[in-house]
Formats: sequence, structure tokens, C-alpha cells
Amino acid sequence: MYTWIWRRLPGTLAVKLFETTLLVVLIVALLFFVVFPWIEPHLPISQVTVPGQPSGHQ
Amino acid sequence: MSGATATRYTLGDTLRFVLRAIGQTLITAGVVVLLFVVYEVYVTNYFAREAQTKVKHALAKEWTQGKDPLLPLPDGSLPKLATGNGIANLYIPRLGRDYAWTVVQGTSDADLEKGPGHYAATALPGRLGNFAVAGHRVGKGEPFLNLDHVRAADAVIVETESHWYIYRVKGAHGDITAADSDGLPGREIVTPSDGSVLLAVPDHLDSRPNEALMTMTTCHPKFTAAKRMIVYARLQRALPRVSSTMPAQVAALYNGVSG
Repeated sequence: MYTWIWRRLPGTLAVKLFETTLLVVLIVALLFFVVFPWIEPHLPISQVTVPGQPSGHQ
Repeated sequence: MSGATATRYTLGDTLRFVLRAIGQTLITAGVVVLLFVVYEVYVTNYFAREAQTKVKHALAKEWTQGKDPLLPLPDGSLPKLATGNGIANLYIPRLGRDYAWTVVQGTSDADLEKGPGHYAATALPGRLGNFAVAGHRVGKGEPFLNLDHVRAADAVIVETESHWYIYRVKGAHGDITAADSDGLPGREIVTPSDGSVLLAVPDHLDSRPNEALMTMTTCHPKFTAAKRMIVYARLQRALPRVSSTMPAQVAALYNGVSG
């Protein structure tokens, strides 16, 4: 897959390197700002509460 | 002849192609998982600190305008607090001089991304009963990252518009896990479903509260949600708040305390 992408990138080696960096940054940004925030609430890793409607004397 | 061999794939070629595809997919998946860890531990903190700064400033502004969100209504009933808004400031000297968090009302995911959240059904700061607060342990600003560093009798300071409340972490004989005369330890680890820690008298469904407690909940161990760590404190004294500067009695709680 990576070889396939590399071959299809236009330009000289320097341009290709620049394009690769751009692609990586884009994908990381997509993960950080869209995919992870969306997926995170569905994972059981950051729950800090206990069920909280006690029948206390408020 | 050479053209024919160039287009025909041998079994080895096919195998190599499939293995390379599997290898690349696995490496990519590994990198994505690593990135997720970076996101959880660093990126969420960035967003949470921004949100925390906002609620902190909003609350400070309210207070300078003389508004007290916790003031009982004229008929004596408690005010309806909007979730996600700041209600009090929390300081724990053991966790450092710069440890200051604005506690927001509510414990939904959205509330807790702004800072520690007050369980809406529990008592207000300084009141008889149980003032219960939840906070993230890792990521999302991680207000309770080092809650396990807190020791028995450590001060937990809650600042409201009207008072400085000084709570002391429970425990007996300097042991935070030992139960005091009320039968409550300073720290315990419970199952995630154990809502009884939030009761007005924790673990006692029918008891009337006769003291002002504070309960802090977070996940345990770090990076998981397998258990909940609970820290209990009891109100020691309340000082009227006349300005935003810490009174000498409160500032003195920082002396001789190291993390």
C-alpha cells in the first residue's frame, strides 16, 4: 500500500517527501480531532463516576 | 519471453504480496493505537485545560460581581445550578501550590471535560451531608491524577463565594486506609457500581448526616476503569471569605507539605 502511494505521488524526491509529510499530518489531524473524539466515549477507559442519585437527605 | 515472465506472478510473488499487506496493516494498526494513547494522555489535556480556564474565569467574574451561585433561595430551598458551570474552587496543598481546579456542576462526560464535577444530587460544599466530586485520573485535564498521593489528615480546601472550607482527609493513626471513629477510611477502592459512597452518610442508606463530608471519586488503577478510588474528607472548619486572597489560616496549610 505504502509503495503504491509513493509511486503515485507526483514530482521529484523532495516534492514527494513534502507530500508525504503533508499526508501524515492530515491523517494524524483527522485521527486526533475527528476519529478519536468520536470513538472515545464508546470505550470503557475514562469513566470516573459511580452511579450517583443517592436517596440522601438533601 | 521476458515480457511473458514480467506479467506472470509466481506463487512466491503472491505470498510475498499477501504477507507484505498483512505486515503493513499490522504496523499501521499499531501506530494508530499509539497515536490514540498520545491523544488520551496529551491532546485531551490541552482541550480540557482550555475549558477549565474558561469556567474558572467565568466563576471568578460572577464572584467579583457579588453573585453567589450557591446562595439558598429566599424560601430556603437550594438553588438550581446549571450543569457545566463552575460552583467552587478546589485546592489540595499536598498536590502542589499550583493545584487549583474550578469544580463544575454535574458529572456527565461534557461536564467532566471542563474539570472535576459535583454530583448534582449530593450536598453543596460545607453543608451537612456529602459534597461529592468526580474527576478524571488520566487525560481530560487529569485533576485527580495524583489523588493517591494524598495522606490521612491532609487538607482539602474548597473556596466558594462565601466561605473557605477546610476539609481533612479521613483515616486513623496516619493511615489513610484505616477507618476512623465513623467507620470510614480516608481512601478506599470500590467497584464502579458502588453508588453508596455518595450517600449523605456513605454506606448507610438510612442514616441522617450529622457531619459535613466530602467525597472524591476517580478511576483506578490509572488508565483503566476497572475500579473506583474514593477519598473521603471531613469538614474541619469554615472561614468567611472576604476577598479572593487566601486568608493566612488557609495559606498556612501549604507550609511543610510536600508531594
